[in-house]
Amino acid sequence: MTAPGALAPQLRRTPLRRVAGLDRLALAGGVLLALIVLAALLAPWIAPYPDDGGSATHALDALLPPSGAHWFGTDQVGRDVLSRVLFGARTSLFIAVAVLAVSGVVGVALGVVAGYAGGWLQDVIMRVTDVFLAFPALLLSLALAVVLQPSVTTVIVAIAATWWPWYARLTASVAASVATRGFVDSARCLGVPAPLIVLRHVLPNSLTPVLVQLSLDGGGVILTAAALSYLGLGAHEPTPEWGLMVQQGQTLFTTDWWAVTFPGLAIVLTAFAFNVLGEGLRARLAR
Amino acid sequence: MTSRETLGTEGVTLAYGTTAVVHDVTLSVGEGGVGLIGESGSGKTTLARALLGLLRPRSGTVRYGSRDLASLGRKGRAEFRRAVQPVFQDGSEALDPRMTAGASIAEALTTHHRMGRRERHDRVAELLGAVGLDPALAARRPHEMSGGQRQRVAIARALAVEPGMLVLDEPTSALDVTVQARILDLLERLTAERGLGHLLITHNLGVVGRLCGTSHVMFAGRVVESGPTGTVLARPAHPYTLALRDAVPRLGGEPPRASGRTEAAPAETGCPFRLRCPYAVDRCRDEAPAPRDLDGRRVTCHRAEEVLSGLAPVAGGERTGPGAPRQ
Repeated sequence: MTAPGALAPQLRRTPLRRVAGLDRLALAGGVLLALIVLAALLAPWIAPYPDDGGSATHALDALLPPSGAHWFGTDQVGRDVLSRVLFGARTSLFIAVAVLAVSGVVGVALGVVAGYAGGWLQDVIMRVTDVFLAFPALLLSLALAVVLQPSVTTVIVAIAATWWPWYARLTASVAASVATRGFVDSARCLGVPAPLIVLRHVLPNSLTPVLVQLSLDGGGVILTAAALSYLGLGAHEPTPEWGLMVQQGQTLFTTDWWAVTFPGLAIVLTAFAFNVLGEGLRARLAR
Repeated sequence: MTSRETLGTEGVTLAYGTTAVVHDVTLSVGEGGVGLIGESGSGKTTLARALLGLLRPRSGTVRYGSRDLASLGRKGRAEFRRAVQPVFQDGSEALDPRMTAGASIAEALTTHHRMGRRERHDRVAELLGAVGLDPALAARRPHEMSGGQRQRVAIARALAVEPGMLVLDEPTSALDVTVQARILDLLERLTAERGLGHLLITHNLGVVGRLCGTSHVMFAGRVVESGPTGTVLARPAHPYTLALRDAVPRLGGEPPRASGRTEAAPAETGCPFRLRCPYAVDRCRDEAPAPRDLDGRRVTCHRAEEVLSGLAPVAGGERTGPGAPRQ
């Protein structure tokens, strides 16, 4: 790890990169993601036509190509595509954060208990997890989304329902190995009650790989959410949502390419940013 | 101070899954030190885990005082936890990597007693002082300390509940030689000052000589020889004890002899040590030896008399294969 040749690039590292210890690509992903988050937060102030994030219509301006007034052009009802892409970032990031939070909390809680307890409790939790994993994720999401009313909340519930088992399984395997470490034995010998051992020692020492997985999965959640909305099972008009915008604009692709291209690009870029950041974190923690 | 009860096993057999790793072991630790000696894989650590209540015996009982550890109620168990504390091989394993030394010790303090912030802080400093550490180290995490410092913190943590007994599982074998000596000094002083009973698990015979009045030698999950440490180590009656003793390198002395004839796995039938034993004869293959008293110790060997008498090993019945001596 500390071969003489490895010293030179280390010296050239900027302070920021040294702090995070991330490679160039992961850092770019992080910066990109930060910009997307910033755009989402500031959408009402930086969007050129804030009203177009909602239900405004401007029939006379429908499907204008990109220009100085509308950088990304306008859609079928004359709304500014740039404004809607910016507002769409709010929807997509909200869905991503909500899904990761719900499935992360549920999965980690079940996983850490299963991993530490072992025995029948682990068997029960992991078999339930296996049942959920046995369904193709998108199919289960689709089924749920059909049963529930199409909405952003539905998307969150449907995706979280298929996402948590992965965190349960990952956490269980990490927690099971943490449970054999000396400091856990040492806490047991002190007579620390099992729930406290899990909260104080097993959980904090099992979280790192889960956090990496969460950041890797951000992109996947956004893609799935876009897919559900694209299929008409998620966000609906006039909610600005990238998948929905792609669905509405796709028939126009040959004539009015901008209506579908820019929201599509937004999906790709955000998923890409999550992935390279997660990949970088994984590589960093593997060292 | 906690009451001082005897901790021991009665015919304990321990297994992981279907593989038994400790067979029918009976020993007890009261006041003073007891040594448990054997090579890696001999079942010492597994036995320690059973004594600490971390592993349930497959058969036999672990006794704390007059009670079976498995049948202790909530209160009895808490009392047992306060009374018996471990020090493991490696301080970096025994301490939570995310906790400062102070937090680790404080956890021990507050597990059984309510304690104010001020008092906790003072007790942590006091305990760090007792193990020869600067109280300022309380703010350090395990990876910011040396191996010796970590082991001292682990000892301070064990002492925090004011136990009557320590189970020391290879407490120095992960440390540099010079640090080992200082940790041993510390353990010797602390156990003497506080009158702590202790079980010391080690493969290092010199360590046992210093700290333990009684010793048990384990091979392949069985106690093969036990008795007063002086007697056992000065005049081993079991060929395995003899091999262990002669394998200790001494400065300026003869080069150490290899322990036994080979590193063959324990035999499945007869005496488990026979494949490595220079004294082995046909009887050792046909019949597992039973423990018997001989010359002030208990030994499990058909040929203990020959070993004791210091006679050179006589060719036995199984001198073939890779273990045969070279011409």
